[in-house]
Amino acid sequence: MNIVRALKCRECGQEYDIQPTHVCEFCFGPLEVVYDYEKLDGYFTRELIESRPQTMWRYKELLPIEGEPSVGAQNGFTPLVRAKNLEKALGVSELYIKNDSVCYPTLSFKDRVVSVALSKAVEFGFKTVACASTGNLAGSVAANAAAAGLESYVFIPHDLEQGKVLGAGIFGTRIIGIKGKYDDVNRLCSEVAGKYGWAFVNVNVRPFYAEGSKSLGYEMMEQLGWKAPKHVVVPMASGSLCTKVHKSIKEFIKLGLIEDNGTAVYGAQATGCSPIAKSVKDGTDLIHPVIADTVAKSLAIGNPADGFYANRVINETGGWAEDVSDQEVIDAMKLLAETEGIFAETAGGVTLGCAKKMIESGKLPRDESIVLCITGNGLKTQEAVLDAINKPRIIDASLKDFDALAEADGFQAAA
Amino acid sequence: MKLRVYLTFDESTVREPLIWKLGKEFNVVTNIRTAEVKNHMGLVGLEIDGESDVVEAATAWLADQGVKVAPIEQDVIEG
Repeated sequence: MNIVRALKCRECGQEYDIQPTHVCEFCFGPLEVVYDYEKLDGYFTRELIESRPQTMWRYKELLPIEGEPSVGAQNGFTPLVRAKNLEKALGVSELYIKNDSVCYPTLSFKDRVVSVALSKAVEFGFKTVACASTGNLAGSVAANAAAAGLESYVFIPHDLEQGKVLGAGIFGTRIIGIKGKYDDVNRLCSEVAGKYGWAFVNVNVRPFYAEGSKSLGYEMMEQLGWKAPKHVVVPMASGSLCTKVHKSIKEFIKLGLIEDNGTAVYGAQATGCSPIAKSVKDGTDLIHPVIADTVAKSLAIGNPADGFYANRVINETGGWAEDVSDQEVIDAMKLLAETEGIFAETAGGVTLGCAKKMIESGKLPRDESIVLCITGNGLKTQEAVLDAINKPRIIDASLKDFDALAEADGFQAAA
Repeated sequence: MKLRVYLTFDESTVREPLIWKLGKEFNVVTNIRTAEVKNHMGLVGLEIDGESDVVEAATAWLADQGVKVAPIEQDVIEG
């Protein structure tokens, strides 16, 4: 059942037919997909959802595609982990990790947004898809395009680390390295998106792309036993995930799938790129663009497109925003790995680091349910923690040498 | 070409009639679609219409005046 009604301007409310476009022709406001939810009355039930395969598409009526997905049909439905060890470490009573570090196929939540964007691109008749990215998005577009038989272009700054180029290049995409300052690269990508007849995932199909993030929220609520947490902490780059997790909760309430739990949404940023967190702390809704300088590269968006809307969600829900230093990011990555066995990328360190800070400051209560959204895998940002991990102790192939080490660690032989 | 940009003015530029000056300095048609001034900052959504090289020179001039010129998509590059 297709319940998509239109694209609607978030600023002036002007509506547009469903098409590959992203800004309002009147006021330049961003467009968002809107739905006729009443069409789902009596149809879209918990039982229907539970009867479907465990992928993000079990909520397909609330994603802006027609019929079945043509790209990324296996994506999503990542684990929600009760983080008992981390609860003790942080002194909280009910903590969960929504673990998108194991999202299929490229180990980040971008697989959700990209599979919606590319499925929609196929519907629109595009043969070529593109993105501008320094990491996760590039890999996801390249992989999902390859699997779907689409041509793809990935635009990157020319001096991007080899490992990140590899993460997209292996999928046979056309990688274009652009010389120049960050703003210049940005401007060129915007111009390319406007000039070529491609589906640029976060430009002309952005309204559809962004909706894919809602699936993380739907899964979180279903996995909690059909309820929303009291508090959810989300990493912020463009701010889109923050707004879409909130939208997912409102939709489930509207559809009668959960009760309103008064969920507060919290945003997490790295101090070296924290325009949204700063706006929340300053009590303003204007986002001052910054030049990003942080180890959390996947969150390094200095002029965030959804910053204003993320700010509004945080304020309206009674949440808060925080930022953490690079050292706090690394410490939090280690804490998550050592307590829960989850190796998150730097953005995960930002999320946990900010949550820890907000728990300590009293912004996040210790006695209510909290979900932390972990959005990418640490294997992609190994350089950040290279100097922070224990180095192997080298010994000869001698039992005597090992016995000495074990004894120093407090272990005795069993017999 | 028609270029659609967001201009961000800070405290030092917000009182300058830079869009008026832009029209005087360059052969472009400017069309303001949205504008807001508060909290020590101004934001204008502007369409600039003209020959490609003139539009490029006009946006470079704005940047020289201390105005941040960004695509209306804002940051397109994601992590």
